[in-house]
Amino acid sequence: MTATLEADAPSAAGEIPSFTVTLRVRRFNPEVSDEATWQDFTVEAHGTDRILDALHKIKWDDDGSLTFRRSCAHGVCGSDAMRINGRNRLACKTLLKDVNPDKPITVEPIKGLPVVKDLVVDMEPFFASYREMMPFLITSGNEPSRERYQSPEDRARFDDTTKCILCAACTSSCPVFWTDGQYFGPAAIVNAHRFIFDSRDEGGSQRLEILNDKEGVWRCRTTFNCTEACPRGIEVTKAIQEVKRAMITRAF
Amino acid sequence: MQTHQYDVVIVGAGGAGMRAALESSKEARTAVISKLYPTRSHTGAAQGGMAAALANVEEDNWEWHTFDTVKGGDYLVDQDAAEILAKEAIESVLDLERMGLPFNRTPEGKIDQRRFGGHTRDHGQSAVRRACYAADRTGHMILQTLYQNCVKQEVEFFNEFYVLDLITDHDLTTEEIAAGEEVNATGVVAYDLATGEIHVFQAKAIIFATGGAGKIFKTTSNAHTLTGDGMALAYRRGLPLEDMEFFQFHPTGLAGLGILLSEAARGEGGILRNADGERFMERYAPTIKDLAPRDIVARSMANEVREGRGAGPNKDYVLLDLTHLEPAHIDAKLPDITEFARTYLGIEPYTEPVPVYPTAHYAMGGVPTNVQGEVLRDGVNVVKGLYAAGEVACVSVHGSNRLGTNSLLDINVFGKRSGRAAAAYAKTASFHELPENPAERVVAQLEEMRNRPDGERVADIRKALQETMDLNAQVFRTGESLNQALSDIRELQKRYRNASVQDKGKLFNTDLLEAIELGFLLDIAEVTVVAAINRKESRGGHYREDFPQRDDSNYMLHTMAYRRPPEASDKAEGHVKGYFDHVEQFDGYKVVLGSKPVIQTRYEPMERKY
Repeated sequence: MTATLEADAPSAAGEIPSFTVTLRVRRFNPEVSDEATWQDFTVEAHGTDRILDALHKIKWDDDGSLTFRRSCAHGVCGSDAMRINGRNRLACKTLLKDVNPDKPITVEPIKGLPVVKDLVVDMEPFFASYREMMPFLITSGNEPSRERYQSPEDRARFDDTTKCILCAACTSSCPVFWTDGQYFGPAAIVNAHRFIFDSRDEGGSQRLEILNDKEGVWRCRTTFNCTEACPRGIEVTKAIQEVKRAMITRAF
Repeated sequence: MQTHQYDVVIVGAGGAGMRAALESSKEARTAVISKLYPTRSHTGAAQGGMAAALANVEEDNWEWHTFDTVKGGDYLVDQDAAEILAKEAIESVLDLERMGLPFNRTPEGKIDQRRFGGHTRDHGQSAVRRACYAADRTGHMILQTLYQNCVKQEVEFFNEFYVLDLITDHDLTTEEIAAGEEVNATGVVAYDLATGEIHVFQAKAIIFATGGAGKIFKTTSNAHTLTGDGMALAYRRGLPLEDMEFFQFHPTGLAGLGILLSEAARGEGGILRNADGERFMERYAPTIKDLAPRDIVARSMANEVREGRGAGPNKDYVLLDLTHLEPAHIDAKLPDITEFARTYLGIEPYTEPVPVYPTAHYAMGGVPTNVQGEVLRDGVNVVKGLYAAGEVACVSVHGSNRLGTNSLLDINVFGKRSGRAAAAYAKTASFHELPENPAERVVAQLEEMRNRPDGERVADIRKALQETMDLNAQVFRTGESLNQALSDIRELQKRYRNASVQDKGKLFNTDLLEAIELGFLLDIAEVTVVAAINRKESRGGHYREDFPQRDDSNYMLHTMAYRRPPEASDKAEGHVKGYFDHVEQFDGYKVVLGSKPVIQTRYEPMERKY
């Protein structure tokens, strides 16, 4: 077995190699001050610890007022997207040892959405853009009595974009979104893609119409930040390109 | 304080809550209150599939599914409910497909199906392909699809609102209520995390869909937010909790971390091996081997470790071997879980076996309901206007051990049923008057916790709770270990009264809410252990080393646990002398245990062999 694993076995508690790491956290509490500040925390960490573990250590052992969202703690619920060393990631999927723990690790809220407190942002504008995409299957005619058929090839056509967990890591990594909060942003387009390329769906034209808007898909400058940021490995920029192409060719 | 009025209020926005909302919001003015954004709910972490005898890939029928569910639950399943579950499974899957769920497909384009633990053809002959799935993110797809349809239907959500009290027109904790007398649920009290404001929701019908309580354990597949809120609120208001001693330990959690690796890994051909490389499940379940139900596999794994055949430097886990599967097959069918192994343990499942050990996964017990989702206040009588569905509820379709893929099914079948029943009831009912100061208890509780001067840290108490539960109430239990757990919990309940929070603010005070959640966890752990002490037999997920046999003559009954004032009677309904007459007396209240009959229709209890 690997060293990581040994470090993880609970009964080997005495033998776990630990290291000290400093987290430089962006703090903001409007009840206390209008200004955001940096605060350093030093914690003892182990080889398999994630940023979320370190944040919990701070909150549970040191400063209970440190505020962040989290739930599943293994990268599927999308609660804990944050800016870690300048890059958007999920705190529960980022191992400390992978983000250069020799230097202070900076942890900030994701950008482009109003900060509520510490690492918590107001997600409402993000979900509002998502809802504008009509993110649901649109069909006409009577419901079939059994399932609709779909070939494995047709199903594969939109598989990548079904992985989205709405964490906002992509949208809040997008320079266009930072300067123009009206831009729908990558996540909304990903969720439009998921339906536009679903062979069962009949709402593609309507969605393309919405995305043809001045705040729509043409604002994308193809910087690939979103693809790099996606914790689910979705090829976000490619999906956006496919939507752009569909808009020109009307083929989807 | 703000006050709202809705016909139906649904508490919780996971699969059960949103499935209910899709029904009730068509018929009645509905609000969904969730402590998370709906898409963060833990339904999204479910991986492997949803069972339904569609017979798309091989012969199957709902009767076989019913039998498997009953046998899987070690015959503590209410068979009328299991039959509904298996029958309505088919329409439930088709409902989801029509809502847009992207299931994996067969070459002909039908919904594809795969094998899963305990699901068999013709009453145990061999494993059957019954689980409908979308890669290994079926729960994610269900949660997304239901949320998408809630967006379509313009369902009204109150996100990041914590429901902290249930209001009823009789105080069941103190009043003796005659059988047949009407008790009504009239509203809930919620706390808005963002602002710290209290909201009172008056409702004609309320559906609890708050999920599980896995955080009573240290090693768990459950989210941090699964703190048993709905169960604890019902229990504190004098409603019984059913079968709380039955907690499922999922065999394949990532060793040391508890992160879930789906049973689908074994459904797709994965094999469990001990340190010697032996496929040890051949010894424990000769017919279906690695696809035996979870309780059996978890116990077998723990036994291998206990007898010194565990793998790793400390011999404290076993190995899930996928190395004989084609990488392309793994990528197509199990992409997420293999990614978990890479991310969190640095293991490459193409070439290395993955270290796994049982992880606390699912509460079979919960708030008792009938098959319409109506909550019972004893063995027979319902609380009018109160419903429950999903993991918070106990119908009981899972008995003493749930089969894999039956929980995604449960939330859809009974979410839909409770949504329909609640809306239908709300149409005929009128609002009941709320007490003069309905938020009194919640406000006092929050203020006390917020204002308590320096005290003990919430996290330390929670950690101690989780450690004693892992040590003393996990896969193997004894009277001694359970009594140790109970005395530890009693001590922690005392310490909890002196716990304090550091964050004294109003806005987004998660410190305060974690403290409140710890109170729920302590109550749920306590009732779990008390029920486990009382059940002196081994059945399904509850294994007593001091009573290793199933004892149908004395324990073929559901446990019903009630919290009562110290002066109340020691006898609860279903009292059976020597078996269901257990009472634990604490300062301020006592836990009284009664029972409820198990409903048997077509299947006589048999010895459970696989």
